[in-house]
Amino acid sequence: MELYELTVHELIEKLDKKEITISDITKSYLSRIKEKEDDVQAFVTVTEKEALEKAEELDKKETRTKYMGIPIGIKDNICTKGLKTTCSSKMLENFIAPYDATVMEKINNENMITLGKLNMDEFAMGSSTEFSAFKTTKNPWDLKRVPGGSSGGSAASVASNMVPWALGSETGGSIRQPSSLCGTVGLKTTYGLVSRFGLIAFASSLDQIGPVTKDVEDNALLLNVIAGYDSKDSTSKNIEKKDYTKALVNDVKGLKIGVPKEFFGEGINDEVRESIIQAIEKYKELGAIVEECSLDIANEALSTYYIIAGAEASSNLGRFDGIRYGYRTKNASNLKEIFVNSRTEAFGPEVKRRIITGTYVLSSGYYDAYYKKAQKVRTIIKDKFNELFSKYDVLITPTSPTVAFGIGEKTDNALEMYLADLCTIPINIAGVPALSLPCGVDKEGMPIGMQIIGKHFDEETIYRAAYTYEQNTKFRETYKPYFKK
Amino acid sequence: MSKEDYEIVIGLEVHSELSTKTKIFCSCPTEFGGDPNTHCCPICMAMPGALPVLNKKVVEYAIKAGLATNCEIAKECKNDRKNYFYPDLPKSYQISQFDIPICSNGYVEIDTDNGKKKIGLTRIHIEEDAGKLNHDAYGRGSLVDLNRAGVPLIEIVSEPDLRSAEEVESYLRKLKSILEYIEVSDCKMQEGSLRADVNVSVRKKGAKEFGIRTEMKNMNSFRSIVRAINYEAERQIEVLEEGGVVTQETLRWDDVSGKTFAMRDKEDAQDYRYFPEPDLAIIKISDEMKEEIRKTLPEMPEKRRERYISEYKLPEYDANVLTSEKALSDMFEKATEVCNNPKAVSNWIMTEIIGFLNSKELEAKEIPFTAEQLGNLIVLIDKGTISSSIGKKVLNKMFEEAKEPKVIIEENGWIQISDEGAIKEVVIKILEANPQSVADYKAGKDKAVGFLVGQAMKETRGKANPQMLNKMFLEELNK
Repeated sequence: MELYELTVHELIEKLDKKEITISDITKSYLSRIKEKEDDVQAFVTVTEKEALEKAEELDKKETRTKYMGIPIGIKDNICTKGLKTTCSSKMLENFIAPYDATVMEKINNENMITLGKLNMDEFAMGSSTEFSAFKTTKNPWDLKRVPGGSSGGSAASVASNMVPWALGSETGGSIRQPSSLCGTVGLKTTYGLVSRFGLIAFASSLDQIGPVTKDVEDNALLLNVIAGYDSKDSTSKNIEKKDYTKALVNDVKGLKIGVPKEFFGEGINDEVRESIIQAIEKYKELGAIVEECSLDIANEALSTYYIIAGAEASSNLGRFDGIRYGYRTKNASNLKEIFVNSRTEAFGPEVKRRIITGTYVLSSGYYDAYYKKAQKVRTIIKDKFNELFSKYDVLITPTSPTVAFGIGEKTDNALEMYLADLCTIPINIAGVPALSLPCGVDKEGMPIGMQIIGKHFDEETIYRAAYTYEQNTKFRETYKPYFKK
Repeated sequence: MSKEDYEIVIGLEVHSELSTKTKIFCSCPTEFGGDPNTHCCPICMAMPGALPVLNKKVVEYAIKAGLATNCEIAKECKNDRKNYFYPDLPKSYQISQFDIPICSNGYVEIDTDNGKKKIGLTRIHIEEDAGKLNHDAYGRGSLVDLNRAGVPLIEIVSEPDLRSAEEVESYLRKLKSILEYIEVSDCKMQEGSLRADVNVSVRKKGAKEFGIRTEMKNMNSFRSIVRAINYEAERQIEVLEEGGVVTQETLRWDDVSGKTFAMRDKEDAQDYRYFPEPDLAIIKISDEMKEEIRKTLPEMPEKRRERYISEYKLPEYDANVLTSEKALSDMFEKATEVCNNPKAVSNWIMTEIIGFLNSKELEAKEIPFTAEQLGNLIVLIDKGTISSSIGKKVLNKMFEEAKEPKVIIEENGWIQISDEGAIKEVVIKILEANPQSVADYKAGKDKAVGFLVGQAMKETRGKANPQMLNKMFLEELNK
């Protein structure tokens, strides 16, 4: 077995036993990148030289700490000091961040090794990675299909073993949906659990960084590193630091699972529905108490999301004006032309669409009908989740209505693309945590993800449910990406 | 109809930079000046991914300003984004407050010819300043300096309660003195830390509806504001008298030509697309916090003025002038403590010190010497160590060197001659040199003594004790 096939907890075990060196691991992954990156196209930047140097340096250290030398891939909207951070946009094609995001400080403090920056939909807007200005990442299970998005590079690189784990970011499903489509484990953390400082903002009230991993244990291990209060982010919550690996218990007896029936109706692919129902049956078998419930908010959540996220994005992306950094047009004879032409030339179609929508909903005369109303609906959606969580420990739904779709299939139809996040977006609106866990494949062998939703700041119960399912089903051992051409 | 048939209505939006040590959303210094872009960081330069954190001092200072101007303080308020593109605004939005300001419904009292008048304050809110553009003199472009970006401001919005340029000046002076007294702003107008947007309209006397207003932005001198208001009111009256209508627009006051010019037309009317700032938490202000801040409020100018009249027996005029600026008032009190001669301190400040400041266009807080040094100077005069005319020379030196008056006197050999023998010598010498004056005195012209004393002072370059001279001349002449 190659080292790149192992999970992080397996790598840590081998390092602890001194069976392997950090350089062995780094070289193994770099060789895997050489082998698969041409097909998968998950990276914007690969930091081969820096990674090898750091591995050698770390191998010389006498004492080792838990995460020392573990490679990681970083979504390209997380600022990395001295390294390009592009958001997969022409706007930031050559932007080198002058500082590290808080999560990067944490990762560097643990002496992990960054293998590179991962492709995404431009400014995290999209559900297929096709809106990257540089390249379309391919699904490692079938190279003619999308990996999902916007953290498509994160999910595809983990699924194809080019990195052992990665950081992604979510605004509306951007970790869970690609995790579902690529067969990885992806967690959207509770809003406020992980610092957003240094995450290039898309929609501030929704954005969260989260782990994309090969299994549940790795997911908890990576969350242990990145979670925690940050005085530099006023929206991060000051709660006690937890050890999430303590929640990795193979037992769901008595766990109360709610199954919102609306997430199994129209628009959900039959095979996906069947697979999730099977998974729920498994939970019953393992002793969980399962009950059907109602959460009739999917459509409202989608509209609310596109209004709020668009509004915040239209303002957040204003700083890309061609003045201080990033792309500046060569075709300008006055100030207004610098602004207008720089943005026109450097932003892609989906980013423009969202900026225009967002500007519109905030405009005087429309604010009350859209933005203000959306905020009210947001409160209602939060309340509905709270209500359900007074009865259930977790909710289970499909992550994505379908398995991975074909490249080019939805790029011309924004609305259809938006429906790819039908099941994930309500969770972002409510700010609660949710994890996508692989639970099967369809007839064509494409992975299907189950979504486990938890209470605010109760990532532990999600992990308990996910871990138990994983231990009793062994998805990873059964299915592997086959890079179908 | 004529000018006298119209009433001028003015409302002000005053921006005042708060004197916190660090900026409103990051820990960069707020200090004025510095090489371009040296007081900034990823946050105030709006680098991608950077987030603001609200400086608590800014909230405290704003509450202090609100309490000092009789405002209600919000229990909960928030920040909002005001969106527009301009190169000096790095985020492309200004973090301000929109529908829920931190302070509202206050007033300040001003003196007018018809007695005291309350000027209503609609609101005070907190926001961040923008950077500065430095335009290349040769037209090759503009450079952005972000040192000022993120310096905290409060915007104080008045009701349209002001009725003349004089009232506006008096309101602004009052506001300035309040902000200085509570030490939330240093109000240096030439550095732009106090500036005003002036809204002017006119209406027929007795009319209930307000006229259409124009706005003049970023005015930072009392003199320009007064001139601009008078010019603009006259212009509007003229427009109306000719049967026209005033256009609601933003104007630029040109100090050189003494005229206003349109800045942008209505088609460019900005839609700022305000919405709640999602990067910041709600600001909660407890009653305890409010009361803690209230306890830190110093004695305000009116109180001091009354005390100066009752306690120090100063004339009302002196009390007014001294309390108009905190720096002067503080100097008066400390110097009086040293010399125990309030009227003398008042005289020195009101004539010599203010005169000097005016001639050099300096502000009171720029006085280089301390109040103790001024007190010591007055003690030396009162003890007869120097005469008051030497005292003036010493004070001028103090503006240059800020040394102890005693040191200046010694260094310049200005100690008063009070030795009887030495004075007698001078008296004899002057009497011998001025026989005509002696004759005049003998002929009954008492004034001649004054002339002789003057001559003696001249001879000693002001160092002779004038009382002793006077006494000795009389003794000699009456022999």
